[in-house]
Amino acid sequence: MEILHFDIAAPMPAGGTRKMALVGVVASGNLEVLVERGDAADRCAIEISTAAHGFRDLWDAVVADFVGRRAAGGLRIAINDGGARPDTVSLRLAQGVRLIEEPEA
Amino acid sequence: MRQWNTRKQMREERIAAGRGFATGKLVDPETLVDFLEAVLRPGDRVCLEGDNQKQADVLAKGLAAMDPARIHDLHMVQSGVVLPEHLDVFDSGIAKRLDFSYSGPQSARIAKMLFGGKIELGAIHTYLELFARYFVDLTPQVALIAAVSADRHGNLYTGPNTEDTPTVVEATSFGSGLVIAQVGEIVDTLPRVDIPGDQVHFVLDVGRPFYVEPLFTRDPAAMTETQILTAMMAIKGLYQPYGVRRLNHGIGFNTAAIELLLPTYGEKLGLKGKICTHWALNPHPTLIPAIEAGWVEQVHCFGSEVGMEDYLAARPDIFFTGPDGSLRSNRAFSQTAGLYACDMFIGSTLQIDLAGHSSTITANRIAGFGGAPNMGSDARGRRHPSAPWLQAGAEADPDTATPLRRGRKLVVQIGETFGEGNAPLFVEKLGALELAEKLDLDLAPIMVYADDTTHIVTEEGIANLLLCRNADEREQAIRGVAGFTEIGRGRDKAMVERLRERKIIQRPEDLGIDPLDANRNMLAARSIKDLMLASGGLYRPPSRFRNW
Repeated sequence: MEILHFDIAAPMPAGGTRKMALVGVVASGNLEVLVERGDAADRCAIEISTAAHGFRDLWDAVVADFVGRRAAGGLRIAINDGGARPDTVSLRLAQGVRLIEEPEA
Repeated sequence: MRQWNTRKQMREERIAAGRGFATGKLVDPETLVDFLEAVLRPGDRVCLEGDNQKQADVLAKGLAAMDPARIHDLHMVQSGVVLPEHLDVFDSGIAKRLDFSYSGPQSARIAKMLFGGKIELGAIHTYLELFARYFVDLTPQVALIAAVSADRHGNLYTGPNTEDTPTVVEATSFGSGLVIAQVGEIVDTLPRVDIPGDQVHFVLDVGRPFYVEPLFTRDPAAMTETQILTAMMAIKGLYQPYGVRRLNHGIGFNTAAIELLLPTYGEKLGLKGKICTHWALNPHPTLIPAIEAGWVEQVHCFGSEVGMEDYLAARPDIFFTGPDGSLRSNRAFSQTAGLYACDMFIGSTLQIDLAGHSSTITANRIAGFGGAPNMGSDARGRRHPSAPWLQAGAEADPDTATPLRRGRKLVVQIGETFGEGNAPLFVEKLGALELAEKLDLDLAPIMVYADDTTHIVTEEGIANLLLCRNADEREQAIRGVAGFTEIGRGRDKAMVERLRERKIIQRPEDLGIDPLDANRNMLAARSIKDLMLASGGLYRPPSRFRNW
């Protein structure tokens, strides 16, 4: 298991008031994304536990694209990755950000 | 004095040689190999019916069992290279040259044999193109075909899988060639006559149905949320704005997902009756929910699909059916329909380059084209207008005055940026080009040419190539939807953003697509069993797709 940490500027602040959102499942080729409220409204902290080693560059690109496209400011995100493809990671992150904007279920 | 009937004389000689093994037209199947050796000649041009689905499997075995010392150097002209025997004949020297269209299940072996020099390749054709050559310079001297049943006069019933048979028989029989059919049974009265008996010279009752490959069954249970997202983008970003009513879908999961989203997501967008009403399409089980929900007015089929027979027979308002009630498919006519009467083709591929050329051929897999290049090309002979065709034409060429401006067919490639085995969809150099270099081919086997491709859809966005005004814009539009592949990461970010402002690139968020909707609950059927239930039990899935 490889653990990666990101703490980067996220210009678009997250919406909604919900405390946390959970999307996806830990399975081969899939991932679980836990989204919670963090400390600074203009930062996004992401911790990734992944079964696939040696993809730091790709995660860099996926995370940079994510904070550029989605309202991720003020979020703390934990990812449990089962070797998902980058397109699946992007979709799950987008779903997590959308879900935390929704009213509590 | 020149003799003007040498071909007919040759056929008479073959018929006379074959009669020793036959009673009337009925050949004793026990004598198949001897019979074939008697009627064939070395160097013959032979069409062994290998269609997309239906296979003359017994005749294929017989052909492969011949003595290569007697019959050799055959020139095989067949649309599908599907069974092992289709290639065994090249290993043994019975056959030498090959002109074909599609080689799905044999794609790895055919690549090996081409590289090893075992096969002399004529060309890889699209279906309609090979059929056309049957009538010009590749007319078969002998056709070995398959049907469901025959009567004693040699009339044939092909059942729902008529496919290529009428075309093959037309060219062979009227071109003075010999037609030999394998059938599952001999009956007194056929349910309907698909091939008239006077075009058929010999019939073998092999006592069982021909082999059929289920090719178009996509299990909704295997559909991913990325595929659902991509399908939603296609519906909202292409089908809706162009108002696409007449179309063809490829056979991949992405287009199957579109079919399953019509009664749910499409309904939500208010698109019923406005899109996807008329089809040139194989009978995809995944279209059942849309048909049942009243979305579909008419479908013409290239072939049939295993398990769909009863459903098709029960929906004659939608499908073309015979007096017996069962489906009549016809590959040549449906290909023509897809080429001239459809406004959109949307399908998947394995590789797309920076110009927008696409190919399913990789260094060790030569899958052929099938029908994709017919569907996925702009018919330059088209003369009837339609709204989507005119709109696409206007986007491509805003400066020409309208009465003289051609329309354009929408030719869409859809797929995830990483495919099977994490292979990137986007590449610097197509495997087809490497193949052309290795085999010294004059023409690289491109499936859809860049200048026919109008849109590329991935999970990252839609690239509208019609709106690109130069090669640079085109390249960046493609890089701009190439996700995290090397090609995608090599984009000029500023230029991609400018293309997005001009709507040459549209992201899911630009289209107002909520990623939370990219959810399996959005599918009108989530399993094969759901499809069966949606059909009222008329669809009978093959056992390999049943897990209940």
